[in-house]
Amino acid sequence: MNVIEANHLTKYYGKSRGIVDVSFQVNEGEIFGFIGPNGAGKSTTIRLFLSLIYPTSGSATIFGKDCIKYGPELRQDIGYLPSDVFYYERMKVIDLLKYSASFYARDCTQRMHELADLMELELHRRIEDLSYGNKKKVGIVQGLLHQPKLLLLDEPTAGLDPLMQRKFFQLIQEENRRGVTVFFSSHILGEVQRMCSRVAIIKEGRIIEIADIRTLQQNNYKKVQVEGSNLNAAYFDLPGVTNLEHSNGAIRFFYKGDINTLTRAIGGITLSNVTIEEPTLEEIFMHYYE
Amino acid sequence: MRMNIFRQEFNMRLRSVIIWSAAMLAMLFVFTSLFTAFAPDAELLNEMMSKFPEALLTAFGMNGVNLATILGYFSFIFLFVQVCLAIQAANYGFGLVSVEEREWTADFLLAKPVGRPQILTSKLLAALSGLLITDIVVWVSSFAFIQLFKGDRTYDTQTLVLLLLSIVPFQLFFLAVGLVVSLLMKRIRSVTPYAMALGFGMYFLSVFGDMLGESVLEKITPFRHFDAQYIIQHDAYDMPLVLISVAVILVSLVGSYVLYTRRNIPAVV
Repeated sequence: MNVIEANHLTKYYGKSRGIVDVSFQVNEGEIFGFIGPNGAGKSTTIRLFLSLIYPTSGSATIFGKDCIKYGPELRQDIGYLPSDVFYYERMKVIDLLKYSASFYARDCTQRMHELADLMELELHRRIEDLSYGNKKKVGIVQGLLHQPKLLLLDEPTAGLDPLMQRKFFQLIQEENRRGVTVFFSSHILGEVQRMCSRVAIIKEGRIIEIADIRTLQQNNYKKVQVEGSNLNAAYFDLPGVTNLEHSNGAIRFFYKGDINTLTRAIGGITLSNVTIEEPTLEEIFMHYYE
Repeated sequence: MRMNIFRQEFNMRLRSVIIWSAAMLAMLFVFTSLFTAFAPDAELLNEMMSKFPEALLTAFGMNGVNLATILGYFSFIFLFVQVCLAIQAANYGFGLVSVEEREWTADFLLAKPVGRPQILTSKLLAALSGLLITDIVVWVSSFAFIQLFKGDRTYDTQTLVLLLLSIVPFQLFFLAVGLVVSLLMKRIRSVTPYAMALGFGMYFLSVFGDMLGESVLEKITPFRHFDAQYIIQHDAYDMPLVLISVAVILVSLVGSYVLYTRRNIPAVV
């Protein structure tokens, strides 16, 4: 069964573009990644699913039901973590969580405390006294405490320290093993690759690719920069090298292929510095257009 | 109606309700207590006031006021209470949904399993309960202070009740208009200037309408619809004008529900 089905969703804010003709399906029980740079329309899409905003045209269903018409009913089973978390500043954490829990039919007390313990959340602090990372933790607990069947996570890791990020991913994977479907937007390719089975890539409001994560990994480019004196760019003109450029005593290029060929080549000459890194999302996108 | 939203909204506004109520109570106490000083020379005062320029008297709503009777005097000071009530109610109206959007908490609330009409109803009822608390304070203190400071003068209880009850639709006007205007706008950065503008604006409309003898202007301001002097002098409401208020309230409320259910909630960019 498709948990989410977006059918030609289009949203304009006045004249400015939100998303254009976005269609995809998310299957039950999968972790679906939604990647794109800032302003590509990731939040717009998620907010349309929650009917926080209404589409200019097109429609979406969740659990097979129209997300506007059956919104309140559907949201019983949706957990939402916004990219920027804002809560009633003067409330205490515990009061906010209880208020959040009071909207759901099931008793959330036990799960709420489990999650708060796991995220090491101090329940009796005021929201206004919390750092951004701690507010994000409040967001995670309030998004999960009613044991939703679908999680909509909008750049969930922003503001969390690496340790918390790991805990958070473990938590999401645990939920997923219990059968929870996860829709996960991010601009960080690494975390999407680690978590998701399938991804959609959105750019300037349009879906440019929906792919299995394995396919994407096969297209795994490395971004390489070498520095040294008397370098010859032609030396690196190997099979699999693209976008080769030479400036300011450094050579930059993208490489796709057997990594050993690359390391042997690098090992063969004298260098002052070398970096090999994952390309940024924008750079990946460039390859999508080639 | 959702009890949890109601409780949340009511609690968030309680401090403001207490401050407004206390301020009006203090004002009523001070102004009513002055009657003991006026009363012995009231005839003299009336005579003196009749020599003031008419425009000045009108500006302060004192045209035709008989300061010698306790209700005449009260109708004059009641104008200040009305201004406070107007600003308070407008404040709650403008802030009812706009505050959540300004502080970005709307995402939290609207992602919960509740429909928007239910949210709006709960918020409205919570605001009304806050206003009702203020009303009760105004009602009780008006009666108490009049009783305390009237001296040997008498007054008609029914007229006073009529006057005091008029504040309910009066507040509703400002609450509903504030709400619908806030929903017509994309974003309200600060509620207070809007509330002051609506409250004082309507007050000045009534004053200038009076001074200029412009009858169209007075048709739209609730300060005219619920004019204390009219109520005291006629022992009745100025019905056609009151119905304008009622109509504005109904249209604003219906409009608010329509606008709120269709509203696109802005997000942090």
